[in-house]
Amino acid sequence: MSDIAARVKKIVVEHLGVEEDKVAPEASFIDDLGADSLDIVELVMAFEEEFGVEIPDDAAEKINTVGDANKYIEENAS
Amino acid sequence: MRRVVVTGLGLVTPLGGDVETTWSNLIAGESGIGQITHFDASDQKCTIAGEVKPADHAWGFDANKRVDHKVQRQVDPFIVFGIDAAGQALEDAGLTEMDDATKLRAGCSIGSGIGGLPGIESESRVLAEKGPGRVSPHFVHGRLINLISGQVSIKYGLMGPNHAVVTACSTGAHSIGDAARMIRDDDADIMLAGGAEATICPIGIAGFAQARALNTGFNDRPTEASRPYDKDREGFVMGEGAGVVVLEEYEHAKARGAKIYAEVVGYGLSGDAYHVTAPHPDGLGAENAMRMAIRKAGMEPSDIDYVNAHGTSTMADTIELAAVRRVLGSDLGGASMSSTKSAIGHLLGGAGAVESIFCVLAIRDGIVPPTLNLHNPDDGTEGVDLVPLTAKKREVNAVLNNSFGFGGTNASLVMKRVD
Repeated sequence: MSDIAARVKKIVVEHLGVEEDKVAPEASFIDDLGADSLDIVELVMAFEEEFGVEIPDDAAEKINTVGDANKYIEENAS
Repeated sequence: MRRVVVTGLGLVTPLGGDVETTWSNLIAGESGIGQITHFDASDQKCTIAGEVKPADHAWGFDANKRVDHKVQRQVDPFIVFGIDAAGQALEDAGLTEMDDATKLRAGCSIGSGIGGLPGIESESRVLAEKGPGRVSPHFVHGRLINLISGQVSIKYGLMGPNHAVVTACSTGAHSIGDAARMIRDDDADIMLAGGAEATICPIGIAGFAQARALNTGFNDRPTEASRPYDKDREGFVMGEGAGVVVLEEYEHAKARGAKIYAEVVGYGLSGDAYHVTAPHPDGLGAENAMRMAIRKAGMEPSDIDYVNAHGTSTMADTIELAAVRRVLGSDLGGASMSSTKSAIGHLLGGAGAVESIFCVLAIRDGIVPPTLNLHNPDDGTEGVDLVPLTAKKREVNAVLNNSFGFGGTNASLVMKRVD
């Protein structure tokens, strides 16, 4: 697992209170990890803080799975 | 008329994370007051408080027992305390599994005096330091006072009245009184009722200290600081926690064979119409609330065996006592009166509910909790049993609980044993 994926997983576990092994790349935040729309806003804020990256609203709307988050951060983090 | 009884109890206090730990410590004369650990209080005028103890303490509170991890992260501590106390009360009443028809007739009336002050304080810092884009999306609903009732209703599926009282330090008593009326008026058969508070944070301590309400002279002797009726009292000590009861319509409780602790028979409310923080010097508002509660109960003042006083360890203690004397008689008609704030501090919006639970337990066990640190009773207390220093065994069939709040708001409850 990449360093980014590990840090994303840690944030998701902390924020959503889910088991670590459930945070797979294909896991949907809403359908598999019990998040609601506000939890996703909070997660996106946490990713922005952790990785020093801006995630605009239109990009955030496309982040549905853990893998989507990993990919966006890998492509956009400096 | 529909009668209202208490069938479940839940407590989170500086003396314990549950009812029996709190009560046994209270009766043993323990104090829950100590140095503030929630934050560095070294620059505050007051450095002491009655904090709820961490889970690894013998009297500790474990939030993980009944409150989801995610909810704990999103909401202020007063909501966590409230959810847990409500869960305890439902478990005690045997009502954790209700069918849909019962849930439609089960509601919540759990309030708070101030609400999520620590979270307002900390998110204000985030706003100032990092900008609006970093404020938590859970900021508002994690701080709102009615979100104990909201969270509890969601967790347990309670679809009856959803209400939250905000009357400063009278909140807990008003919550129980209002909820009892909802059952009497046939809005519900079951109500979770009570109050919670958690404002031991820099702005909370500073605010009350600046209002000259907090104790500031006992920072080196925290367990001696809350001393209602004592000559050396000089301000209240802030506490935190929650108290929630299950109120239930009497026939409903009887039909399911529920354990019945007591009946809520009288509720009195009044306003001082005098000053924002100081009570009326003649205690007229307090007197009116007590008289109304006893009248509504259809009882005589002489029926009261125990008074759980508002008694905050301020100058107002003797004003309340004079009012109680006018209502019950100069010797209180033989009733005992104590202030349990001497042991746990002042739980503000939680106080009236926590103290109502102490009243119910006094009926159950035939013992009244003590007023700690009462070594030199003030002038005007002569001839009254204020239960100094140690708990006292006595028969208790009917109780009067007083709560008064900033703004000059007063609430009194009368509860009695059900034969």
